[in-house]
Order: sequence, then C-alpha cells, then structure tokens
Amino acid sequence: MLLNQFLLLAAVLFCLGVYGVLARKNAMLVLMSIELILNAVNINLVAFGALNDDVGGAVFALFTIAVAAAEVGIGLAIVLLMYRNRRSIDLTQVDLLKG
Amino acid sequence: MSALLAAASADMDLYVAQNIFFGVIAALMIYAAFRVVTTANVVHAALWLVVVLSGVAVQFIFLGAEFVAVTQVLVYIGAVVVLFLFGVMLTRASMGADESVASEKRTMAAIVGVLLFSVMAFSLIHTFEDTRLVIDEPQSTALLSDSIFSQYIVPFEAVSVLLLAALIGAIVVARRD
Repeated sequence: MLLNQFLLLAAVLFCLGVYGVLARKNAMLVLMSIELILNAVNINLVAFGALNDDVGGAVFALFTIAVAAAEVGIGLAIVLLMYRNRRSIDLTQVDLLKG
Repeated sequence: MSALLAAASADMDLYVAQNIFFGVIAALMIYAAFRVVTTANVVHAALWLVVVLSGVAVQFIFLGAEFVAVTQVLVYIGAVVVLFLFGVMLTRASMGADESVASEKRTMAAIVGVLLFSVMAFSLIHTFEDTRLVIDEPQSTALLSDSIFSQYIVPFEAVSVLLLAALIGAIVVARRD
C-alpha cells in the first residue's frame, strides 16, 4: 500500500468537512462536519505512525477521539441552550455580536 | 505524479485484494461524506456519518491499528452518533428539507474546499510521491497500552481531566435553572 492513498483520502474528507462547516446553516450539521475533519486528521496520524513504525501515531489518534467526544458533548450542550433561548438552531440568526 | 501512478500500478500488482477493497471503501466514504455535507435531512446526515466513520475504522484496520479501529467503532458509532441523534430529537432540528443556504455562500465554500484540496493534494503528491507503507503485522495492543502508560502518561492524564471538565461543563451549560 502507498502512503499517499491514505493521505489523499484524508485530504478529500478534510475538504468536504471544511465545505460543510462553511456552507451549512444548521448547527447540528456543522458539528457533524467538524467530526469529518477530525476523522481525516486521525487517518493521517495513524498512517504516519504506520510509516515510521511508531506507536505514537495511534496514541495521538486515541487522544483525538477523546477530545472529539468532549467537543461533541459541549457543542451539543451549547446547541441545546441556543435552541432553548431562541427556538432555532439556525447559525445565520445568531448575530447578536455583529456590529 | 507519473512516479505516483507507476508506483500505484506496481502496488496494484503486488497487493490486489487490499487495493480493490481500499478503492471500494474509499469511494463509499467519499460519497457518504459528500452526502453528509449536502443532504437536507439532519437524520439522514447522521446516518451517512455512520458510513463515513465505519469506513475510517476499516482504514485503521488496513493500517494495522486494530485498537484504534475498535475504539473508533465504540466511541464514534456507539456514542457520538447516538448523541447527535439525541440532539436532533431534542432540538427538533428541522427534519424536513429547509436547507435554504444562500447559493453565494455555498459557492464560496465550494471554492475554499476545492482550493484547499488542490494545495494539499499537490504538496502530498510532491512530498510523499511513492513512499511505501510496509504493514507486516497489526500493532499489538500491549505495546500501545505500555506506551500510553509510560511515555504518554502526562497527556493521557490531561485528556482524562479534559473529559471530566467537558462532562461538568456540558451539565452546567445544558441544565435548566
């Protein structure tokens, strides 16, 4: 197997995630796109770990998974709070700080 | 680029089954990821996300990181997606087709994504042209755990504190007063 096939697959996933974060209005869908980005990073970490025959890549992939779980928990709490206060999770309507 | 293609076809002759499966799963993952970011239905997006996450677990198996693959299935498909579905249920996040994104915003996002991909693809192909991955045997879980609990013990403890903080934070943010 070539290293590049994994890295290019991860790049495609990463860019699709970036597209989702920028184009989506629904806060839930933005959180899902962030998951796509984090998974692309994990593929890269494990692939480079396999390339260098080092266990560090897999260890840091596990750390990323833990951080992603924490991020989803906090993100969903914020989305719930937003829904409770504004009856909507449309990100284009959350512009109170806009000058 | 030509060196990469030559190396890919040589690799294809050596590892036929691996390459066919990799191609099929990669195509499925890319299609599913595309659906995640384009479908109008939030529940469908969560279910397509399951396909992408399972594909990532399969890629971890290809790379010999079986413990990471199992953790991926447990944490992502078992917990994160369920959390997403609960979030959709609690916010009643517009189940139907409402995704009326301004087409201008969508075009700009697509341009950013394509540009980012071209830059990354160019530099990846240029740097790691035909670097070969030699995966003889899966990484042993014993080695991984030894490493976590010796060399990486400080980041590991930091991650546990982070998880605790996130747990308390989520409760504080989401509870009703």
